[in-house]
Amino acid sequence: MTTGDNILLDVRNLKMYFPVKTGVIFQKKVADIKAVDGVSFYVKRGETLGLVGESGCGKTTTGRCILQLYEPTAGEVLFEGKDMCKLHGGELRQMRRKMQMIFQDPYGSLNPRMTCGSIIGEPLTVHKLARGKEWREQVGELLRVVGLNPYMADRYPHEFSGGQRQRIGVARALAVKPSFIVCDEPVSAVDVSIQAQLINLLEELQTEFNLTYIFIAHDLAVVRHLSDRVAVMYLGKICEISRREELYDNPLHPYTKALLSAVPIPDPAVEAKRERIILAGDVPSPLRPPPGCNFHTRCPVAIPECREVIPEWRDVGGEHWVACHRV
Amino acid sequence: MLLEVKDLKTRFFTEDGVVKAVEGVSFDLAEGETMGLVGESGCGKSVTMMSILRLIPNPPGLIVGGKVIFQGEDLLAIEEEEMRHIRGNKIAMVFQEPMTSLNPVLTIGRQIGESLELHKGMEGAQAREETINLLRMVGIPDAASRVENYPHQFSGGMRQRVMIAMALSCNPKLLIADEPTTAVDVTIQAQLLEIMKRLTRELGTALILVTHNLGIVARYADKVAVMYAGQIIESAPSLELYGNPKHPYTIGLLKSVPRLDESVKAKLIPIDGLPPSLINLPPICSFLPRCVYAVDRCREQEPQLVSVGDNHYVRCCLAIEGGKA
Repeated sequence: MTTGDNILLDVRNLKMYFPVKTGVIFQKKVADIKAVDGVSFYVKRGETLGLVGESGCGKTTTGRCILQLYEPTAGEVLFEGKDMCKLHGGELRQMRRKMQMIFQDPYGSLNPRMTCGSIIGEPLTVHKLARGKEWREQVGELLRVVGLNPYMADRYPHEFSGGQRQRIGVARALAVKPSFIVCDEPVSAVDVSIQAQLINLLEELQTEFNLTYIFIAHDLAVVRHLSDRVAVMYLGKICEISRREELYDNPLHPYTKALLSAVPIPDPAVEAKRERIILAGDVPSPLRPPPGCNFHTRCPVAIPECREVIPEWRDVGGEHWVACHRV
Repeated sequence: MLLEVKDLKTRFFTEDGVVKAVEGVSFDLAEGETMGLVGESGCGKSVTMMSILRLIPNPPGLIVGGKVIFQGEDLLAIEEEEMRHIRGNKIAMVFQEPMTSLNPVLTIGRQIGESLELHKGMEGAQAREETINLLRMVGIPDAASRVENYPHQFSGGMRQRVMIAMALSCNPKLLIADEPTTAVDVTIQAQLLEIMKRLTRELGTALILVTHNLGIVARYADKVAVMYAGQIIESAPSLELYGNPKHPYTIGLLKSVPRLDESVKAKLIPIDGLPPSLINLPPICSFLPRCVYAVDRCREQEPQLVSVGDNHYVRCCLAIEGGKA
């Protein structure tokens, strides 16, 4: 891949296997769930990388591995040139200040017994960034930045709507002034009319604070709106990655094509003319991924070779990478 | 007309006050027609459907007014005994949650067989054979052996297929699908919608597709009704609604979602504010506090659902012109 000093995050051959154990007392490992199985990509400073795929494809696990919320089985996560996987204790905590996460579930990700202010201010306390009057001022400022009122600091999460809670989650992520944020499906749990408000907020914050995002989502239209480059994941692997316009106008991998054609467009006149690729069957279990290309069980253009040989991850020009025998 | 809903009103009497969940909803549906009912969470879509089937828990809920005329008979006036004969038999429903709407301790075959026994009087081998046929119909591979499986052995998409098979088992005249694809992935969503559309067309079943996704409805519905705060605020044939939306809320919804077939906009245009609380609705027009087109006239007179074209109705005193999103 291209290298240069503007690359903030470089993920190399990342693997995350979760062991499956049996036995009550003497536990024995019987298999691995290959949630992320050899993923490589990079993110440039100030850009947004969209990460799309269906549930269970490993998008969230990838995000969590980058932040070292999981300890990856193998691979490197180079953030500002340092391998996050090799850091421990205080050093890791120092690096983590630069990377934050916004979670999907606005209900589950906020402690119901803490006030909104103490939720947002907790990172400030943990990293010893502010206390007393200064702490209160910063919390108020964070609330204002995400479009809430500073007087709301004393309220509890249940007093907020889903969209507002998600804003609290954004404020908490911003508290330590990170340079990089993993947004894990931040808009999927809120209503359509609120979605646009949040998307606009994320975009404004990116410009204001010069943030770099990984935006994880299953809604391809939202990802297209926000991202500079997009990576498509399937069953623990990235099958295609490219600049946004290229990926949406000229998708190469059959899975990307099917995904794009499955997204409905809110216009019956357009829909009537669109051709749809309906994929047969379900996503196979990551416990026993198919041999060869992991998409061959559902692929409409599969050839015998696909069943045996793992397709090579290759560059087809112009930052467009794809893993498919038929391209 | 197969179904005529007239001025339906459902309320929930809670400790915090009266929740006006459905406030004068009227629509009709011809045999074999597909209608989309669109709106955000809490706007009363599901309660409207539950009211049609008389599944509103009482207390706290109560249908306080209106008529639901199905095949010439007012469902709100008949005995519970008769209603039970209609539910599942003539009007069937597919729910949002494929995980919780199947009984985890009964096999799939047993669960589909139950409605066949109850409504069609089938038994034993005959019911089993019919069940296998139904599973094949909704595209479950290896149906003959899957019939012995329990719900946890199926994926989310497969479970929703089972729900569709169960719903269609008695050849209903009307199928209500309440957010049938919200819990599944896009590629599975496409599969399920194609199956539902194909089967309802083959069987001549009318379909009400309840969803918050404007895109789904565009492809599959003949006509669309948009709900906001317990009322239908706009309804029209699909082409007309998407091509010529008139209500500020519909226009706002269409503008606020990014589309794959449009060039990427610098910014989305969101609808400001939040949906209102159904306990404490804004007076006169419930959308007024969020409306960008509001004028003085909006504060004086309650808007009525008025015709603005061929089968196109809007509840807005402005009925915005030319607001294509």
